[in-house]
Amino acid sequence: MNSAAVLHHDNYLGAGATWRSWLVTLDHKRIGILYTITITLLFLIGGTAAALIRLDLLTPNSEVVSVETYNKLFTIHGVIMVWFFLIPSIPATLGNFLVPMMIGARDLAFPRLNLASWYLFVAGALFTIYALVAGGVDTGWTFYTPFSTVFSNSNVIAAVTGVFIAGFSSILTGLNFIVTTHQMRAPGMTWFRLPLFMWSMYATSLILVLATPVLAMTLFLMAIERAFHIGVFDAALGGDPLLFQHLFWFYSHPAVYIMIVPAMGVASEIIACFCRNRIFGYKFMAYSILAIASFGFVVWGHHMFVSGQSAYAGTVFSLLTFLVSVPSAVKVFNWTATLYKSRVRFDAPMLYALGFVGLFTIGGLTGLFLASLGLDVQLHDTYFVVAHFHYIMVGGSVMAFFGGLHFWWPKITGRMYPEGWARFSALLTFVGFNLTFFPQFIVGYLGMPRRYPNYPAEFQVWNVLSSAGASILAFGYALPLMYLMWSLRYGERAPANPWRAKGLEWQTSSPPPAENFEKTPVVTEEAYAYSDAEPAHG
Amino acid sequence: MDHIPFFPERASTIASQIDGIYFMWVALSGAVALAIAVLVVYFSVKYHAGSKADRRVTADAAAQERRMHHIEIAWIVIPLVLFTGMFAWSAEVFYHGATVPPDALPVYVVGKQWMWHLEHPSGQREIGELHVPVGRPVELVMTSQDVIHSFSIPAFRVKQDVLPGRYTTLWFSATRPGEYHVFCTQYCGTSHSQMVGRVIAMEPAAYASWLSATAGTPTMAARGAVRFRQFGCSGCHGANATVRAPSLEGLFGKPVPLKDGRSMIADERFIRDSILLPNRDVPAGYEATMPSFRGQIGEEELLEIVEYVKSIGNVTQ
Amino acid sequence: MASGVAMTAPQFDDAEQQRSSSNLGIWIFLATEVLFFGVLFAAYSITRVRFPDAFAAASRATSVTLAGINTAVLLTSSLTMALGVHAARQGARRALVGWLWLTVALGAAFLVIKAFEYRLDYVEHLIPTINFDHSRPQADQVELFFYMYFCITGVHALHVLIGIGCIAVIAAMAARGAFSPSYFTPVDVTGLYWHLVDIIWLFVFPMLYLVSRS
Repeated sequence: MNSAAVLHHDNYLGAGATWRSWLVTLDHKRIGILYTITITLLFLIGGTAAALIRLDLLTPNSEVVSVETYNKLFTIHGVIMVWFFLIPSIPATLGNFLVPMMIGARDLAFPRLNLASWYLFVAGALFTIYALVAGGVDTGWTFYTPFSTVFSNSNVIAAVTGVFIAGFSSILTGLNFIVTTHQMRAPGMTWFRLPLFMWSMYATSLILVLATPVLAMTLFLMAIERAFHIGVFDAALGGDPLLFQHLFWFYSHPAVYIMIVPAMGVASEIIACFCRNRIFGYKFMAYSILAIASFGFVVWGHHMFVSGQSAYAGTVFSLLTFLVSVPSAVKVFNWTATLYKSRVRFDAPMLYALGFVGLFTIGGLTGLFLASLGLDVQLHDTYFVVAHFHYIMVGGSVMAFFGGLHFWWPKITGRMYPEGWARFSALLTFVGFNLTFFPQFIVGYLGMPRRYPNYPAEFQVWNVLSSAGASILAFGYALPLMYLMWSLRYGERAPANPWRAKGLEWQTSSPPPAENFEKTPVVTEEAYAYSDAEPAHG
Repeated sequence: MDHIPFFPERASTIASQIDGIYFMWVALSGAVALAIAVLVVYFSVKYHAGSKADRRVTADAAAQERRMHHIEIAWIVIPLVLFTGMFAWSAEVFYHGATVPPDALPVYVVGKQWMWHLEHPSGQREIGELHVPVGRPVELVMTSQDVIHSFSIPAFRVKQDVLPGRYTTLWFSATRPGEYHVFCTQYCGTSHSQMVGRVIAMEPAAYASWLSATAGTPTMAARGAVRFRQFGCSGCHGANATVRAPSLEGLFGKPVPLKDGRSMIADERFIRDSILLPNRDVPAGYEATMPSFRGQIGEEELLEIVEYVKSIGNVTQ
Repeated sequence: MASGVAMTAPQFDDAEQQRSSSNLGIWIFLATEVLFFGVLFAAYSITRVRFPDAFAAASRATSVTLAGINTAVLLTSSLTMALGVHAARQGARRALVGWLWLTVALGAAFLVIKAFEYRLDYVEHLIPTINFDHSRPQADQVELFFYMYFCITGVHALHVLIGIGCIAVIAAMAARGAFSPSYFTPVDVTGLYWHLVDIIWLFVFPMLYLVSRS
C-alpha cells in the first residue's frame, strides 16, 4: 500500500542493515538472499555468452566473433550456467530460505557451515571469472581429455580450480540440508507429512554429497595431468581418455538431477496451492524423487554410446536410462491428475509451474530418443541433444525457479510483485523458449553438430528461428529482473499468507522474524491439507 | 535459399531402420505430449476456481486410495512395457550397426586437428573426401593423431568417436550415389567446425573408373612392406632373423595365446599395440624383448604396416 | 568456554539434538571423503589392470619398510585417539590432553617418515616428469604408477596434516577445560575423522605397496 520501509526491526531484513551484518550473517534467510544476488550476476554473464552465441549463429559463417572466441563463449556459457547458476539456484536460494521454515525450525543445523558455503561459492566464481577475464577457456564445459590436458592453450586450470572450490560449497549445503531434515523437524512433522519440496531438497542433497566429490577429484587429476604433463588420461603414455569421460559423467549425470529435482519440488508446491488440492499420489511422488536420485547414479554411460565404450556397456546403460525415466513420467502424470476436480487459479506462479510441466514433458520425452541406442548414433553431439537438455534445464528448471521466486517473493521480501507483468513475462518466456529450442530438434536430426560456429548454409533457416526466439526469451528474463527489483520499493505490502497456502512457512509473517517462528509450530495435518469445503478464491 | 530441409536424406542400408525408431518416438511422444497438454488445458478450464463443475469425490477414503494405487500402477507399468520394447528394438539396430559384415571394404582414417586423412588399401589417399561404391559395405578403421574426434555421416546415420591410441570402427553400405556431408562431431579445438568433408558415393562402374584413374600410388600393403623393412621389423620378424620373434605370416585375424594365459585375436588393435606397447601382451613362448616404437612411427605409417600384416595374413586371399 | 558445560547453539532445541546432529554431520562428511579417495583408487586400479606387469614392477620399487612402519604409527595413533575419546567420556582431563598430543606426535611422525620415503624416491629417480629415469624397462607405465602413487599418498598426507591441525586445536581446547563428560562432541567428531584417515591408509598400503610382493 504505502512505501514505508519493510525494514522493520521485527523481521529478519530489518535486523541489522550494515554490510557487516549481511556478510557475517548466520541467518539462513539472509544467506539465501546472498546466493540469489550472486547467481543473478553470474546468470547475466552466462546469458551474455548465450546471446553472443545465438547472434553468431544467425549466419552460416562465424561473422560476429572469431571461432576461437566462439569456442570460449560456449565453454563459459556451460561452465557458468551448470555450476554457477543451475546447481546452486533452487537449493541455495529457495532451499536455504525455506528448508528450516518448512519444517518449523529456527535455522539450518550448521549456520556457520552455511555461510562458509556461500564464501566458497564466491571464491569459486572469482576463479572462474578470472579464467574468463584472463583470456577464457576453450575446452567445452565437459573438459574432455586429451584436448583439455594437452592441446588447449587456454586458462583450463584456473577454470577447473573455480569449479573445484564451488564443489565444496555444494557438498556443505547438501550436508546441512540432510542433517537438518533428519534432526530438526518440528513436533508432528513426520517424514510423510513433509512438503514435497522438502523431499526434493533431501534427495538433491544426497546427490550433492555423493556425486560432487567424484567431480572434485576427477578435475584434480585432470589439472595435475595438465600441469605436470603426465597422467592416466593420456593415451600417449598408455593412459585412457575414456577413463576421464567415465569419471566425469559419473558426477555429471547425477548433476542434472541436482538441477531438475528441486524444480520438481517447487512445481509440486505451486500446483498444490493454486489448485487448492492435495498432490495426487503424494507417496508415489516422494518415492519417485528418491528413485530418480538413486537410479540417476547408474546411467552415466548414456553420454558415451559412441565414445568407444563397449556395446555391452551401452546396452546396460540404455536399459537403466529407460528405467530412470519412469519415475519422472509418474510425476508428470500426477501433476496432471492433481488438476482434476480442483480449483485452478492462474496466478503467475501457476503459469510458470504449468509451463514447467509442459516443457519438462517435452524435454523428458526427447530423452527417450537419446536413450535408444541405435537412434542415439544419429543424435549424439548434435543440436538434438542441445535442445533436449535446454528443454529440461531452461524450460524445466529455470521456469520452476522463476515460479518459485514469484510464489515465495511475498514471504521473502514482504512485497507483492505486479501480477500483470508477471503473467505476461511467464507467457513471453514460454513462447520465446519454444521458438529458441524447438527448431534445434529439427536441425539436430538433420545432422548439425554441437559447438559449430560455422555450419552448412542449408541449416540457416532453423538457426535464424532459434536466434529470434532467443531475443524474445531474453525479454522474458529481463522483465522479472526489473519488476522484482521495482517491487522491493514500490510493491504492495504482502500479508503473511497472500496465497492462502498450506505449509509452515506461511504461518509466520512476511517477511519472517529472524528466528522464523514466535513459537515452534506443532504439526497435526498432512501436507497440502486443502479442504474441499473451502470457498474458491477469486 | 531454394528449399528448407526438414529431414535428412537417406542414403544407407541402416538409415531407414534408424528412422523407424525415430518416427516411432515422434509418434509416441507426440501422443503423450498432446494428451498431457489437452488434459492440462481441459482440467484447468473445467475446474478453474469459481466454475460450477462437479467436484464431488467419494467419502470412502480407502476406496479412493485403492483407486489411486491402481492408476499409479497403470502408469508405471504401461511406460515400462513400452520402454522395454523400444529398448530392445533400438539395441538390435545398434548391434546391427556395430557388426561389420565380413566382406566390407576397409578404408583407413586418421583424424587430426583439423582434417580427415583417408587411405584406401589400393593406395589412394584422400583428404576430407571419401569415394565409395554404392551397394557394398565399407568399413572405416579410424584413429586420431591428437585429440578425440568423431566421424559422422548424417545421411548414412553413422557416427563413431575417433580416439588417440586406439582404433575404432564404423561401417555403412551406401544405397544412392551422391555427395553427403561428413562432420567432426566431437569438439576438438579451434577449427572443429571446419573439420568437415564429404562422402562421394558412386555407382560401381563409376567407382571402378575412379580407382583406375587414381591408380599409381603403391598399395597400402606395398607401402607397409617398405615400412616393415625401414623400421627394422624384418630384422626380427623376417625370414632370416637371428632373434626369436613370432612369424607374422598367416597371423592376422587368428587367436594368439599369450604368455600370461590369456588369448587375443590378432586384429588391427593387436598389431598396433604390439608395436607401441610390445611388452604388455607377450605371446606364449616368447620373451618380452621387443623394443617399443612409440614416438618413432606416425599413425598413417602404422596403418600401412597393419595393412601389410593383413596382406600376408590370409594366404588364400 | 572454560566451563565444560554444553553450550547449545540457538538453532537446536537441546544438547542432545546438537550432539546427534554433529554426529550425523561428520558421518556424511566421511562418506564424501570415501568418494574422494574412491576416484583415486578407481583410476589407479583401472590403470593397473591395463598394465599389471609394469605396475607390479613399479610397486616393488616402493619402500615397503618405511610404509610398513608408517602403518604401525598410524594404527597406534588411532589407538591413542580412541583412548583420548574414552578419557573425554570419563572426564579425565589430563589423560585426554595427553592422548591427544600423543596422537599429534604420531601423526607428525607419519609425515616425517613419509618425507624420508619421498626423498628415497627422489634419489632413485622415481619422481614423474621431475627426475624420472626413462631408461628403465617399461618406463612410461612405471612413471604412470608413480604418478598415481604420489597423487594418492600426497592427498592422504594432506588429510593427515589437516587432521594433526584439528587434533592440536582440540588438545588446546581440552587443556583449557572446554570438555566434560556431557560435552565432548568436538573430540568425538575429530576422532572419527582421524579413524577414517587411518582406514584409508589401510587401503592405500596394500594397494600400492603389497600387492606385488606375494
